Amino acid sequence: MTAFPLIRALDRGTTVFLALLAAIAIAVPLLNLLVPATSPFHLSSYFVALFGKYICYALLALSIDLIWGYCGILSLGHGAFFALGGYAMGMYLMRQIGTRGVYANPILPDFMVFLNWPELPVYWYGFQSFPYALLMIVLVPGLLALVFGWFAFRSRVTGVYLSIITQALTFALMLGFFRNNFGFGGNNGLTDFKDILGYNVQAPGTRAALFAISTLALMIGFLICRAIVASKLGKVLVAIRDAESRTRFLGYRVESYKLFVFTLSACMAGVAGALYVPQVGIINPSEFSPGNSIEAVIWVAVGGRGTLTGAILGAVIVNYGKTYFTSGPLAPYWLFMLGGLFVAVTLLLPRGIVGSVQHWLTRWRERNPGEPSPAANGAAAGSPPPPEPAARPAE
Amino acid sequence: MRAFCERLLALVVALSVLCVAASAARADAYDDALAHFLADSFDETIEGINAVVASGHPLAEKVIEALQAGRLLFSAEQKRVFFKDEGDRLVDAASGAPSPAAAPADLAPVRLNNRLRRIIEAALGGLTLMSPNPAKRLEAAQAVFKSKDANALPALDQAIAKETVARIKRALTEAHAAVILYLDSASQADKIDAVAVMRDRGDQDALAVLRGLPADTPPTVKQLAADAVAAIERTLALWETVQNAWYGISLGSVLLLAAIGLAITFGVMGVINMAHGEMVMLGAYTTFVVQEVIRTRYPGLFDYSLFIATPLAFLIAGFVGVLIERGIIQFLYGRPLETLLATWGLSLILQQVVRTAFGPTNKDVGNPSWMSGSFDLGHITVTYNRLWIVLFTLLVFALLLALLRYTRLGLEMRAVTQNRAMAASMGIRTGWIDAMTFGLGSGIAGIAGVALSQIDNVSPNLGQGYIIDSFMVVVFGGVGNLWGTLVGAFTLGIANKFLEPFAGAVLGKIAILVMIILFIQKRPRGLFALKGRAVEA
Repeated sequence: MTAFPLIRALDRGTTVFLALLAAIAIAVPLLNLLVPATSPFHLSSYFVALFGKYICYALLALSIDLIWGYCGILSLGHGAFFALGGYAMGMYLMRQIGTRGVYANPILPDFMVFLNWPELPVYWYGFQSFPYALLMIVLVPGLLALVFGWFAFRSRVTGVYLSIITQALTFALMLGFFRNNFGFGGNNGLTDFKDILGYNVQAPGTRAALFAISTLALMIGFLICRAIVASKLGKVLVAIRDAESRTRFLGYRVESYKLFVFTLSACMAGVAGALYVPQVGIINPSEFSPGNSIEAVIWVAVGGRGTLTGAILGAVIVNYGKTYFTSGPLAPYWLFMLGGLFVAVTLLLPRGIVGSVQHWLTRWRERNPGEPSPAANGAAAGSPPPPEPAARPAE
Repeated sequence: MRAFCERLLALVVALSVLCVAASAARADAYDDALAHFLADSFDETIEGINAVVASGHPLAEKVIEALQAGRLLFSAEQKRVFFKDEGDRLVDAASGAPSPAAAPADLAPVRLNNRLRRIIEAALGGLTLMSPNPAKRLEAAQAVFKSKDANALPALDQAIAKETVARIKRALTEAHAAVILYLDSASQADKIDAVAVMRDRGDQDALAVLRGLPADTPPTVKQLAADAVAAIERTLALWETVQNAWYGISLGSVLLLAAIGLAITFGVMGVINMAHGEMVMLGAYTTFVVQEVIRTRYPGLFDYSLFIATPLAFLIAGFVGVLIERGIIQFLYGRPLETLLATWGLSLILQQVVRTAFGPTNKDVGNPSWMSGSFDLGHITVTYNRLWIVLFTLLVFALLLALLRYTRLGLEMRAVTQNRAMAASMGIRTGWIDAMTFGLGSGIAGIAGVALSQIDNVSPNLGQGYIIDSFMVVVFGGVGNLWGTLVGAFTLGIANKFLEPFAGAVLGKIAILVMIILFIQKRPRGLFALKGRAVEA
């Protein structure tokens, strides 16, 4: 055991997974840009944009897994933090349009000119600067999570109560952002982006770079989560998940732990949203809809909550399935499949894909004691949670 | 005795002579009046109009109406006036009999200009003020109130003297007052009386009249009018509060209907049913199907459609609820968060099933006759469907309360809510109670759907619109007992409606959410939390 948490986090599985992500981050852009379109190894720009989107979703799933899988906080409103980060990036991109908008106003975005706004609202100030936008991408979701979490955790709002309140939070934000006088483009949202840091957002090179950066962000997020869950902090989080009152009676400030991990998770979601927006080219209030947030939760459940790799795999698998089915003749049945997925995963596969595989492996090794015990590489982090603490509220 | 009879006879004779003379005089006046129309000059026509109206002849209204429509014709040669009736027949204006002979060669319409048209309108208003039809009289009074035409004044005075229906008499007096206030020649005392009349009327129209007084109104009257405006505004503000409270109660009762089933299942089982909104939707679609069947097969039963739909919706939604509980939720006990996800998946499936079966568009669900329309209460309008829904909600609430209080099932449900393990040890089949509770909660959601189908669009997304608000009610009210849900629903409903005028609907909602988050700081388990020593693991 090394003292430095980042190095301790780097067990064999993590290193392999990070190497895999790094390989994707390098290979996909290269295959897209350098291999000629006629070659069977060529990856189309459509593919790059699509998978770039999935990578952002994966980061969102990772942030949800950190709080749900390891701390038992089921947020049904994480889409709100994702969308807030996205809006912060969208505001930067809007300011970059400058005089190339339909109304050619150097300061005001088109929708403000259209609504006869005389000047830029105060909260739009500074977004022409990229570093400021970067700060806001992390700060706005983080602050919201901090304030909201402080109120919620301090009064010990837990379990389904917390889930419902988070859902109401994203619902309220959605209603707000739908309004024109909120100053975020109403129901059209922010779109028509031209360039980012001087590069055209539509250009294949920019898209490839965005893909690489998103994957890099995912790697960093993965590493941070890994460092947390492998540390003592991570063990306390798991303890809170499994027996909150007992942890509190043991003398831990449960609220502080929860607040820290919730805020961190919100910041990660914000970054995911910020990377998502330039790749899809639009951000609008429907990103706040409660359905989106719940869908993100099911990615984690499918992949396996309490396993970081599971969250990432789950996001990619479910979203690939969504793209595949909603673009084919099976489109009308997609909602049946998605709904069925919710039911089936909770009933039949409570550990998720990765969690179940890990579970089987552990059992197999226990039957073959000659192998090295998997407990050696970080028991708390490696073990997926039991289906859920067997307790009922109000009992 | 004999002398008395003779005197009586004399009196009767004298009276009848007088009557004949009077009607003869009226006929003369009418004939003279018609003569004015022959001159083919606007001024003469005005004289004619006024004279015809003043004559009080039975044909007067017809003549003026014909003039307005350009159907009043005259022949200068024969010195006779005609009008064409609705059937395009030529009628002699003097006798009212269809003209047998061929139409005179020089027949020409009496010409009109805009000034004349206005005078005609006023004259007609004056004429209809005496109409035997009360509805027409009321309408005429209101028309004069709007036009404030001084020409109608004599007719108004006559009408007020003759009127026997109190409501119409008041309308006439108010119209009279409005005319007086805008009439330069009226005396100050009359105007002061008129202001008092307006003050008594006390609605937006009265405000408009008092605010728009002519500039040359005497200062005393102006002062009084300003006082009256202030008084009316105060009353109106009070009524607006009443109106908001009523809207709030109406919204609250809808929330209560939607949330109460959720509160029961959450209280007993500790699980949130995300498909609860879809149970509401199923209830609404049940109403739709019942009404469709009634429309095609038994149109006479339409007014009873809701009485048929309510138990059906309860049974259908309740049955689906029991199916969900037995099929899915019973395997997820102790995992409330996963139940949340599974029931969310179910809600997606149910929505899509309904969308596939009925199409994504809104369905037309009609109001039975006893639920449509409205009545005025003071200065607010109460629609019957809202009123019935409030009453229906209270009835459902009372029934549910009685069920929990006085039946075996209710007793066992309360026992399981308070302490599941203890209830199980006392021999209560908790699994069965769970299934029944879920069925009951879903059934009530179905009933809520019947009520909502009367005021909202019936579409596959119907349930989603209410689900978050219902959750807020449950979070706010707590799950300890039903009164919490009642208080929570009405508080949220009324708070919403009072915030709306200041903050707008959306900001109002956000404000409510923030208030709930702050509220649960003080009471994390809602207003009416269960008391006990139980602690979560």
